[in-house]
Amino acid sequence: MKHLTEYRDSQLIGQLLKMIAARVSQPWVLMEVCGGQTHSIVKYGLEQLLPAGIELLHGPGCPVCVTPASTIDQAISLARRPQVLFCSYGDMLRVPGSGHSLLEAKAAGADVRMVYSPLDALALARDNPDRQIVFFAIGFETTAPATAIALQTARAQQLANFSVLVAHFLVPPALASIATANSSRLQGLLAPGHVCAVTGMAEYQALAARYHLPIVITGFEPADILQGILQCVEQLESGQAYACNAYSRVVRDAGNSLAQEAVSTVFQTADQEWRGIGIIERSGLQLRAEYQQFDAGLATTSNAPAAQEECISGAIMLGLKKPQQCPHFGTRCRPEHPLGAPMVSSEGVCAAYFQYH
Amino acid sequence: MPDQPEFNLHCPLPSSPTDVIQLGHGDGGQLTQNLLQQIIYPRFANPELDRAHDSALLQLPGNALAFTTDSYVVNPLVFPGGDIGKLAVYGTVNDLLMAGALPRYLSCSLIMEEGLPIATLTQIVDSMAAAAHETGVQIVTGDTKVVDKGHGDGLYINTAGIGERCTDRLIAPQSICAGDQIILSADIGRHGLAIMAQREGLSFEAPLSSDCAALTGPVSALLAADIELHCLRDLTRGGLATALVELAETSGLGISVEQNSIAISDAVGGGCELLGMDPLYLANEGCFIAFVAKADAEIALQLLRQHAVSASSCIIGEVSDSNSGARLQTSIGSERQLRRMMGQPLPRIC
Repeated sequence: MKHLTEYRDSQLIGQLLKMIAARVSQPWVLMEVCGGQTHSIVKYGLEQLLPAGIELLHGPGCPVCVTPASTIDQAISLARRPQVLFCSYGDMLRVPGSGHSLLEAKAAGADVRMVYSPLDALALARDNPDRQIVFFAIGFETTAPATAIALQTARAQQLANFSVLVAHFLVPPALASIATANSSRLQGLLAPGHVCAVTGMAEYQALAARYHLPIVITGFEPADILQGILQCVEQLESGQAYACNAYSRVVRDAGNSLAQEAVSTVFQTADQEWRGIGIIERSGLQLRAEYQQFDAGLATTSNAPAAQEECISGAIMLGLKKPQQCPHFGTRCRPEHPLGAPMVSSEGVCAAYFQYH
Repeated sequence: MPDQPEFNLHCPLPSSPTDVIQLGHGDGGQLTQNLLQQIIYPRFANPELDRAHDSALLQLPGNALAFTTDSYVVNPLVFPGGDIGKLAVYGTVNDLLMAGALPRYLSCSLIMEEGLPIATLTQIVDSMAAAAHETGVQIVTGDTKVVDKGHGDGLYINTAGIGERCTDRLIAPQSICAGDQIILSADIGRHGLAIMAQREGLSFEAPLSSDCAALTGPVSALLAADIELHCLRDLTRGGLATALVELAETSGLGISVEQNSIAISDAVGGGCELLGMDPLYLANEGCFIAFVAKADAEIALQLLRQHAVSASSCIIGEVSDSNSGARLQTSIGSERQLRRMMGQPLPRIC
C-alpha cells in the first residue's frame, strides 16, 4: 500500500498542480487513453484542481466498453448451451449486447462464472472434464499475454474442453484513428501505462512523430496522472512532440519481452470492430492457425452488424463529446438501466461521471 | 472350484443417512422432532421456547418497542471471523440497537437444503446460541423447513427481533440536525472483502477477517449517556457511502465526510486496489455511524473508545443544512458527490 499512498500524497499533488499552473500559458486539450486513468481522474476530482486552461478528454481505453455488441451476443449464445461453463472477467458480466447481458443470461439459467484470470478457467477445465469451458478473452495488450499463456498451457496439456472467445484490442491503431478523427482539438496524449509495460514505447514514438503529438506514458495514481499532464504541457509549451515515459517505475522502453513473445506465438493482428467506433484496421488479435482448435468464436456465427444504438459511445470515446453532452446521460441512461457500455463498467467514462461527479 | 459368493441377508429398505438433513426433517414428523430435541432446544433453551407452543408469550414493560426482521443468505456459511449463525443474531440485534432499543427476544427460522451436514447445522446453531448469550437476547420462537437438494444454498436463516426502547428520544434519520458530528466506529470493508475472498478462493498476503460483531456495548453506552444522540446506522450492504447517501436524502440535509478520517486497514485497502473495488461500498457487519450534536461529540467518542469493537472511533464529518446530498472531501483536496451502490460490486478487469 505504501507504494500507492505515496502517489496520493496531498503535498506532492499540491506541488505538481503548482508546477502545471506555472507552466500553462494557454489552453491545452489532452486525452487520457485508459479507463483506469479516467476512473482515477474522476474519483479524485482532479479536473477541479487543474488550471482552467487544461481540458481532459477521456479516451477509448475501457475494455468492456469497446467489446462489440455482436461479440457479447456470441458469448451469451455460447453460455446458454447446456454443456458450456462460460467464464468471464467480472465487469464484462453487466454489459449488454444487442439485447441482454451475461448477468441476465446467468439469471435465466446459463452457467456463467466470474474469474480473475484465464488460468482459473483452465483449472475449471481440468476439474470438469465433462463440461466445455469457454473463456471470454477480452481486453487490451494487458490481458492478451495471460490469454496466450493459458492457450499455450491448454495446447501442451491437450485440453480438449477449453476454448476462448477472443476480443482483444490493440491501443496504438485506435490512437491513430483518434488523432485523425479529432485532429482539430486533441493536442496531447497520456498513454496507458500498463499497456506500455507490456508493449514498450516504440509504437508510441512512431505515433508521436507521425501526428506531431506529444505522448506521455502515464500511470494511474493522482500524482502519476499530474506528472503525465505536466510533461505533456511542457512539450506543448515548448513546441515539441515526442513520446516520453512518466511511469518509469513500471514501464521499460522495450516492454515485457516474455509477454510479447507469448502473444505473438498465439495471436496475429487482424482488423477489429470497436463498439461505437467501427472497424479499425489491424487493431485486434486473432488466433493463429495452430491455435484455432481453441477458438470458441468458430462455434457460433457472428450476427449481422448491430442495429444503430442510441448510445453515442463512439463520439464519447473518441473525445468528440463529454458524457454530459449526451441527451440521455443521467436521465434515460443510468447505471441501473444503461443505454450503452460506457455507463456500465466502472472504467466506463459515463459510469465514472455518474458515480463521482 | 471357484469361490462361491458369500450369502448375505439384507434388508431391502434403503438406509437413510443420519448425518445430513433430509426432506423428512422439515415435514413436522418424528425427524423434525428429533432435530428440535437434539439440536435446537438444548442450545437455545429458555422458558418461553421450552413451552414448545405455537407462539411465544412475552412480557415487556411499557409500550415502547422496536421490531425488526432480516434474512441471512451468506455463502460460504462459515467464513473467517464468523458464520451465518453469528451473523443472523448480531445482524438483527444491531438493527434493534440502531433504533435506540435494547434487544430482548429473537425468532429464528431455518430454511435448510436437503443434504446439509448435521455437523454444520450444529456448529451454526451453537454459534447462534453463543451470540444470543453474549448479547443478552433469548431465541423464543422459530421454525424449520427443508427444501429439495439444489433449491437452496445449504442454509438460509431469518431472524426477527423485539427490543425495548430505552430512550424517549427518537433515534432516527429524521432527528439528524445541521451541525451534527458524524462518528465512524471502526475501519470499514472487512466483511465484504473477506466474504468475496473466501467465495472466490482469493488469498491475500495479509489475512482478511469479517468484522462481524454485536454493537451492544458501545450503543448501550451511548443510549445510557445524557448526550444529544440523533441517529445511528450500521453499515451493512452498500457500505458507508450508501448509508450516508440514504441518510442525507431522508433527513434532507447535507453530509460532508473527510476521506482521510475514514479508517481502512492495509489488508482491505490492498485487496480493493487489486480488485478495483471501492471500500466505501463494501459491506460491514460490526461497525456503525453515530450522529451526535457537536457539543457532545467528544463525550460520545470517549464512550465509544472504551469498547473493543469501537476502540478506533473517530469523527469523519458533519451535517450541514445545504441539502446537497452526501459529499466526500478527497485526500487530495477535491470534493466528490457520493452515490448509492449500483448492483453488486464486481472486480475490474485491469
